[in-house]
Amino acid sequence: MIELMGIYALWYREFKVFLRERSRVVASIINPVLWLLIFGGGLGANVAIKGVNYQAFIYPGILAQAVLFSSVFFGVYIVWDKKIDFLKEVLIAPVSRTSIFIGKVIGGTTDSLLQASILLLIGLLLSQGFIPGLHLTIYSSLLALAVLFITTIGFVSLGLILGSQMESMEGFQMIISFLVFPLFFLSGALFPIDNLPSWLTPFTFLNPLTYTVDALRNVILGISQFGLLYDIGMISVFSFIAILIGTYAFEKMKV
Amino acid sequence: MRQSHLAVLNFMPAIEITNLRKQYNGLVAVDSLNLKINEGEIFGLLGPNGAGKTTTLMMLTTLIKPTSGTAAINGFDIVKNPSEVRKSIGMVFQDPSSDEILTGYENLKLHGMLYGMDGKLREKRIEEILKLVNLEDRKNDFVKKYSGGMRRRLELGRGLIHHPKILFLDEPTLGLDPQARENIWQYVEKLTKEEKITIIITTHYMEEAEKLCDRLAIIDKGKIVALGSPKELKEVIGGDIVTLKIRNPNINGLENLNFIKKIEIKGDILSLVVMNANINLPRILKIAGEVESVEVKSGTLEEVFLKYTGREIKENASGGRWSEKVIQYKSKK
Ligand SMILES: Nc1ncnc2c1ncn2[C@@H]1O[C@H](COP(=O)(O)OP(=O)(O)O)[C@@H](O)[C@H]1O
Ligand SMILES: [Mg+2]
Repeated sequence: MIELMGIYALWYREFKVFLRERSRVVASIINPVLWLLIFGGGLGANVAIKGVNYQAFIYPGILAQAVLFSSVFFGVYIVWDKKIDFLKEVLIAPVSRTSIFIGKVIGGTTDSLLQASILLLIGLLLSQGFIPGLHLTIYSSLLALAVLFITTIGFVSLGLILGSQMESMEGFQMIISFLVFPLFFLSGALFPIDNLPSWLTPFTFLNPLTYTVDALRNVILGISQFGLLYDIGMISVFSFIAILIGTYAFEKMKV
Repeated sequence: MRQSHLAVLNFMPAIEITNLRKQYNGLVAVDSLNLKINEGEIFGLLGPNGAGKTTTLMMLTTLIKPTSGTAAINGFDIVKNPSEVRKSIGMVFQDPSSDEILTGYENLKLHGMLYGMDGKLREKRIEEILKLVNLEDRKNDFVKKYSGGMRRRLELGRGLIHHPKILFLDEPTLGLDPQARENIWQYVEKLTKEEKITIIITTHYMEEAEKLCDRLAIIDKGKIVALGSPKELKEVIGGDIVTLKIRNPNINGLENLNFIKKIEIKGDILSLVVMNANINLPRILKIAGEVESVEVKSGTLEEVFLKYTGREIKENASGGRWSEKVIQYKSKK
């Protein structure tokens, strides 16, 4: 009982923070939209991939990117709770560290999915003839949200694992350069992965975001490389492992 | 255990620390601490920056594990039974630990939920606490709009929400201006009366230790160097300290004065431990010799500290750190 209320307490805090840090939320919406409109529009004028208009082709990739960034950053931001003594205040409560981890994951997942929902609403709007070939429906949006739900659990956990081991934000830039961007570029979000040099292939196959992008493209555009079941299986395995490691990392986390 | 059984069961101290030790690589932060703290007292850990005060509290509150040794808190072992320990204690951390982006009320609510308090009980208690720390009319303001003193009061109140039997305060007035500091002292005194709890407070402010604490342990380099009530500790010094700059001192004459407890001479500086210096000073000056200057310090904990450690406690060593952190945190956003 106390564990459940503890999880709820952590979620409550993250949700309040989300509602109040408007500028962060706005930025996290504007960025993907700029990618889509400017990058996609600029390049897309004379490119079609797999018979799909380029902007429509990268829309699922941009959704995945937005969720990747917001999830990992959310997790890593736990360093700020550490920097002030807020984290100690949470850890000293009679709530298990597993519950604290779960509360954080649910908080971050809520965050990312709310952002994704806004991007999906924008997508529904853009489907009204603004982006040729994009025919997002409410049904496919909900399927996309389900895919993103499993994805975000994994990436929030990954962020929390990293954040729980860091003592300052010093490593943050490294995480962006050596983890987040490679995950993004090697996921097929912006171009089909078979266009990449073959020595990069193993990395794309190990990249969980590859399967998210593929699954999203499947439900939104009807094109797929691996098939929905395989994609969801791979994402689930990733998220499950991330949760396990995250729980362990929180158990061992020093304050 | 309820208060009414206290008379029978008062052999169980609120805290019993046995050989508690914490080592970081080569550095011994807390060195084989042994200590008993009674129920209902305000107990102080007084020591300079780096003495091991925070590390001690972190072990007692189960946030870090001791390298060796243990302690019993309300009868629960900190190593074997940390979750029971947590339920019965409250803590106010050295650095700010309230969430700035939440309101005062929301911070208290969050805390209540983390301690599993259900809605009705929690709301009632939050009202009580807001009244106690006098933040009722600011409860819906964001904590980032609070002054340092208000924020401290909120954290003090928060530590009490779940009715802990023991409250730990880690340098509760660090970085506050003198007025805010006295204000916090008043609240601490008030809540010991109203909430009837045991309080462990760490500080490096002599004045704070002297004013608030029933008993003190002076701690230096991880070790307790003196233990007792502020009065007892000061009696160890045995009087006031009179320092004279003097030529041709009449040591023999001074030795015959029975109110002088101790005489020390270094070059032309003569240090005396004198009982009731304010009354006896004229008689000293009459016979001492060619006195150039006089300084009288009434026996303070400062002197006690100097006696036991051979050093002065530096009040400003870590002053401002608390507020610095607040600023750092603010600039993140
Ligand atoms: N996590 C840590 N790692 C290494 N050394 C530490 C750590 N925490 C504290 N110390 C060291 O232990 C000693 C005691 O620190 P602390 O308990 O914070 O002192 P105080 O609270 O009395 O100022 C200091 O020398 C400090 O540098
Ligand atoms: Mg300290």
